[in-house]
Amino acid sequence: MSVEHLAATEEANNSPSADIVLAARGLIKRFGRVTALAGTDFDLYPGEVLGVIGDNGAGKSSLVKVITGAYKPDDGELWMDGESVAFFNDPLDARARGIETVYQNLAVSPGLDVAANLFLGRERRRPGLVGSLFRLLDRKGMDRDARDEMSALGLVTIQDVNQTVETLSGGQRQGVAVARAAAFASKVIIMDEPTAALGVKESGRVLDLIREVRSRGVPIVLISHNMPHVFEVADRIHIQRLGRRVAVVTPATHSAHEAVAIMTGAAPPDPAYAG
Amino acid sequence: MTTIDPAAAAAADTIAQFEGPSGALDSTQRWLHGHPLASPTLVLLVAVAYFSLFTERFFTATNLSTILAQVTIIGTLAVAQTLVILTAGIDLSVGSIAVLASVVMGKLALVWGYAPVLALLIGIGIGTACGLLNGALVTRLRIPPFIATLGTFNALFALSQYFSENETLRNQDLQDQAPLLLWFDNTWEPVERFRVTYGALLMLVLFVIVWYMLRRTAWGRHVYATGDDREAARLVGIRTNRVLMSVYCGSGLICGIAGWLWISRIGAVSPKPLDDANLDSITAVVIGGTSLFGGRGNVFGSLLGALIVGVFDSGLSQAGVEPLWRTFAIGVLVIVAVAMDQWIRRVAA
Repeated sequence: MSVEHLAATEEANNSPSADIVLAARGLIKRFGRVTALAGTDFDLYPGEVLGVIGDNGAGKSSLVKVITGAYKPDDGELWMDGESVAFFNDPLDARARGIETVYQNLAVSPGLDVAANLFLGRERRRPGLVGSLFRLLDRKGMDRDARDEMSALGLVTIQDVNQTVETLSGGQRQGVAVARAAAFASKVIIMDEPTAALGVKESGRVLDLIREVRSRGVPIVLISHNMPHVFEVADRIHIQRLGRRVAVVTPATHSAHEAVAIMTGAAPPDPAYAG
Repeated sequence: MTTIDPAAAAAADTIAQFEGPSGALDSTQRWLHGHPLASPTLVLLVAVAYFSLFTERFFTATNLSTILAQVTIIGTLAVAQTLVILTAGIDLSVGSIAVLASVVMGKLALVWGYAPVLALLIGIGIGTACGLLNGALVTRLRIPPFIATLGTFNALFALSQYFSENETLRNQDLQDQAPLLLWFDNTWEPVERFRVTYGALLMLVLFVIVWYMLRRTAWGRHVYATGDDREAARLVGIRTNRVLMSVYCGSGLICGIAGWLWISRIGAVSPKPLDDANLDSITAVVIGGTSLFGGRGNVFGSLLGALIVGVFDSGLSQAGVEPLWRTFAIGVLVIVAVAMDQWIRRVAA
C-alpha cells in the first residue's frame, strides 16, 4: 500500500463529527469466501431520510443487519452521536439504544390486536401490587396511547385498536409496524423494503407515513429496490456497490437513471467515496 | 425501474387513507372471528337443551354433577393442552405425565412411607420436570412437538409401569394412610343433590388462573405471539424459546396436579393408562375453538369443549344410543370444529 493511499484512507477514516447520528467506517463482513461488506462506510444525519440502494449482493442488507445488530462485522467501527460504540450484540441491544426496524415481511402478530402489537415485547403493567405481583397489564393505558399514536400518524382508519391485525389490509399492517417503530425509536428508524409486499396505493400511504415520521425529527434509513419510492422521499441516497459505498447523491443533483448507472457500474463512482 | 413512476407519485398524493376490507358478505365470518367462544357455547346449549327435552334423567342435579365430575380430568388436561396448542404445538404426553405423577405420589406415600404432602409435591414436581423435558426437546433439540411428545408419551408411560411394578394401590390403604390423596373427591353441595367435587372446583380455578395469565399479562401475549408467528415475535424481542419452555413446564405442572385429581377420582392409584386422555384433551381444545395452527383461541373454549364431550357422552347414553355412536358424534364434531376454524381464519385474507 502506497504512502499516499494510506493517507487517503486515514482521511476517509477520520472520526465522524458529533452531529452525525449514526456513522460507520470500514465495515467488513465475510461469509466464508464471500465478502458481503468490503470496507463500507455509512453516515446518517439528523432528521433526514437516507435511501440505501444497490444491486442484489451489493451488501445493502448486510449493512443494515450490522446496524441493527443482526450481524457482527469482522472489522470496522461504529459511532452514535459522534461517540464510538461497540457493535450491537443483537437486535434487542440496538433497540435499547433507540434504533427501531420495520421489516419487509410485516413483522406483526396477526392474531393480536393493534394495541397489543404496538406494545409487543414492551408491555406496560399497572402500578402497585396488581402490576408487580399479579403482573396485570395496563391495557387501558396502552390502548389509549396506541390510539393517540395512530391518530398522530394520520392512520385514521385504524382507530379501533382492539381489532386484530389479521383483519387489516397489508398496508394497514405495515402502518402498525411503522407506528410501532415511530413510537419507540428515539434515534433511528430503519425500514427494510417496507413497500415490497404492498400494492401501489398502499405503498403511497407508507411513503406518506415516512414523511410524517421524518417531520418528528427522527432520521430514517430506507432500504429499497424501488427507485421511484426512494427518489420520492429520500433526502440523500447512499449507493452501495460490490460491498462498498460508492457514492452519495441527492434527488436534486442526480436522476434515478444516473443513480442506477452508478449502482450497476455503468457510470464511474463518485471519486470522493472511492477510498 | 429507472424512471419515477408518475402513477405511483400521483397516487401518494391522492390516497388519504387505507381502505379496510369491506363487504357484508362475510359478516357472520367476521363476527365469529371476533367471538371465538360463540360456536362452542351454542353447541353446548343446543346439546343440553336437546338432551333435556328428549331424555328423562339428563337435566337432573345428580346427572349434571356426574357430568362435571367426569370431565374433571379431561378438563384439567385440556388446560395444559390449550397452552401448548396456542404455541402451535401439541402435547401427546399429558395423560402419561398425569399417570406417572399419580404413581409417584401413591408409591411414595403408601410404600415408601413419605408424608403425603411431600409425596404430592414430589409427584407434581415430577410432572413439571416432564414438561421441562418436553420443552427442552422442542426448543433445544428442535424436535417437532408432535414427535417429541409422542416419544415422552410412550417413555413416561413405560416408566410409570416400571415404577409402580404394575400394581394398583387400593382405596382402603389410601383412606388409612394418605387420605390427602383422595381429598379432591370431597364434594360441595350448593343445591340439593348437585354435588360438585373439589376436583371440579380446582379445574375451574385452573381455567380462571390460566385465562388471567393468557389475557391479562405480558407473558400471555407472548404465548399468543409465539404461536402466531414465531419469527415476528422474535423480531420484536420476545425470547420465544423461553416462552415455549415456560409453556411446556406449565403444562407439566398442570398434568402433575391432574395426577392428584386422577387418584381422587378413581379412589386408587393405578398404572393403567388414562386411556384416551391425550386425544380427548386435544378434542376438547379443538371443539372449544382453539386453532391447531397456534396463536388463536380462548382457554374457556376448552372448558366448553370438555363439557360438550361430557354432555354428548351422558346424553347419548341416557337416550340409549350405543357408545360407538357417541364416538362417531365426537369425531364429527372435531372435524366440524377444525373446518370452522379454517373458514374463520380466512378472514385474514
